[in-house]
Amino acid sequence: MDNINKLYQQTIMDYAKRNDVKGEIENPNYALRGHNPSCGDDITLLIKLENDKIVDMKYIGSSCAISSASTSMLIENVIGKNKDEVQNILNSFFSMMRSEEYDETILNDASVLEFVKDMPARIKCATLSWHSLKSIIGEGNDGIREIKGNN
Amino acid sequence: MSLNLRDDFPFFKNSDIAYLDSAATTQKPYSVIKEIEDYYTKYNANAGRGSHELSMLSKQLISDTRKKIKEFVGASSDEEVIFTKNTTEAINLIAYSYALNNLKENDEILLGISNHHSNIVPWQFVSSKTGAKIKYIYLDENGQLDINDFKSKLSNKTKLVSISAVVNTTGVIQPFYEIIKLSHLVNAITLIDTAQSILHFKHEFSKWDMDIITFSGHKMYASLGIGVLVAKRKLLENIPPFIYGGDMIEYVEEESSTFKDLPERFEAGTLDTSAILSLNKAIDYINDVSYDKIREIEYNLSSLLIDKLKKLDFIELYCVDVVDRVGIVSFNVKGVHSHDTAFILDQYKVAIRSGHHCTQPLMKYLGIASSCRVSISIYNNIEDIDRLILALYKVKEVFYG
Repeated sequence: MDNINKLYQQTIMDYAKRNDVKGEIENPNYALRGHNPSCGDDITLLIKLENDKIVDMKYIGSSCAISSASTSMLIENVIGKNKDEVQNILNSFFSMMRSEEYDETILNDASVLEFVKDMPARIKCATLSWHSLKSIIGEGNDGIREIKGNN
Repeated sequence: MSLNLRDDFPFFKNSDIAYLDSAATTQKPYSVIKEIEDYYTKYNANAGRGSHELSMLSKQLISDTRKKIKEFVGASSDEEVIFTKNTTEAINLIAYSYALNNLKENDEILLGISNHHSNIVPWQFVSSKTGAKIKYIYLDENGQLDINDFKSKLSNKTKLVSISAVVNTTGVIQPFYEIIKLSHLVNAITLIDTAQSILHFKHEFSKWDMDIITFSGHKMYASLGIGVLVAKRKLLENIPPFIYGGDMIEYVEEESSTFKDLPERFEAGTLDTSAILSLNKAIDYINDVSYDKIREIEYNLSSLLIDKLKKLDFIELYCVDVVDRVGIVSFNVKGVHSHDTAFILDQYKVAIRSGHHCTQPLMKYLGIASSCRVSISIYNNIEDIDRLILALYKVKEVFYG
C-alpha cells in the first residue's frame, strides 16, 4: 500500500483541501477550462494578469485530490510572478515529470509530486492545470476562452 | 459449463483481482478462447475470397454465426444481422447510411439524456449536416426515462428515437418497449442500443417490433473487435452502403459498381472470422448458463452489494431503488472524487470504473461530476463484494482519517 501512503501523504492532502485558492476572483482576464475526460477531472483556472504579471489566481471545478493539490501548488508558485518566471516554473515541473533535470528551488512544495511521474494512472491528474496555464502563458492570448479535452 | 461458473474463466486462475468492471468488458470463458486458438491453428483463411475449401469453410462459419445471432435476438431473417466492429460502428452505420440520407431540416431526433456518448455524438453530426433538431428525453426521480416527457416531445416531426435499453452508468433498464410502441404511432424509427442489456435478458427483435438494435461482442463474453447491428430488412434494403470496398460488390467498372444484397452490402473488407466465431461460442455459453441463471446471480450479488453500501454512511448511491435493473451499481464516497476512490481500490486489487462513463449529459443531469461504477457478472462472488467493502473503508481512512 506504498502508493496510497505516498499519494495521499499529509502535504498533498493539505494542499488538496486548501480553500484559499479555490473559488472566484475579481475581474479575471483569463479563464481556462482543463478537462481530463478519462477520469473526470475538470478544473477551470481563473487568472488576473496585469502587465505580464499574475496578480491573482484561483481555480473552480471538480477534481481529485491529486489534481486539486497540484493546482494549489501551482497557484502558490506563480502568484506575483511575471510571464518569464512562470514559464520557467512550468518548464521545470514538466522536466521533473519527464525525469529530466529540473530546478527544484523554484517548484517549492510542488516537487513533492515527483513520484507521480511513475504512476501512469495519475500523471494526468498532476499535470492537468499546469498544461492549462502553459497554454495561456505560452501562447499569450488575450481574453477569456475555454478549451476542452486538455490531456 | 462448470458447476462454479467462475471456473469457466481462465482469467481468474491467473489473477487475484476482484474484477468488478464487466460493463466495460467481460472476461472470457475457456470455450471462447479455445475457439479463437482453434480457428488460427486449424482453419485460418480469408472468408469467401477464394474457391479453396478453407476459404469456403470460413465463409460458412460466418453464415452459421449469423444464423445463430438471428435466433439469439429473435430476428426474422439472417439478412437482418450485420457484422460491425462494435456498437459504436453499428450506430454510425445507421447515422451515415440512414439518417444522413433521410433526415432533413425541421425533422427531430429524440435521444435519452442517459445515452452513452456513442449514441449522442453521431446524432449531433447528423444534426449539423441535415439541420434536424435533437431533443432530449429526461429522467424521472428513479433514473428511468420519463414517459410523460417523452410523449410531450414526440410528434410528427420525430423521425428517429434513439435510446439505450440499459443505462451503462446506473444499470437502470429503460422502458424501451413502450418507447418503441409510441414512436411507431408517429412513424418514427427506433434505435435501441442494447450493448448493456444483451447479456442480461432475452431480446425479441421481431416480436417486440424493434427497428434497430446494436451491441458489442466483448461485453458478452466474446472477443474484442466484433459488434452487431440488427435492423429490419426493409430499412436496410433502402439505404446505401456505409463503408465501400471489397466483398460487398457485384460488378466493378471503372466509373461505378453495383453492390451485393444484404447483408454483405454493409460488410466491406475482410471480416474478423475469429472474433465472429468467438461470438458464436459466447452465445452458446450464454444459452448453456441461461438468462434466468445470469439474472439470478447478478440480482443476488447486486442486491447484497446495495444493502451493504446503504449501511455505510460515507457512501452516496445513485438510482438503486428501481426494480428493473441489471448488476450495475453507481456510487461515490462522499466528498471524494471517484478517481481517488478507484485508485485506492485498485491498490487493494479491486477493479471498478470511475469517471463519467461516457455519459456526461447524464452526469450533469444527476448533478455529479463523476461516479464509481461496480458491474457484476456471473463469475463474481460474495468474496469480491466483501473485498470491495473492505477497500472502501480504506478510502474512508485515507480521506476522513
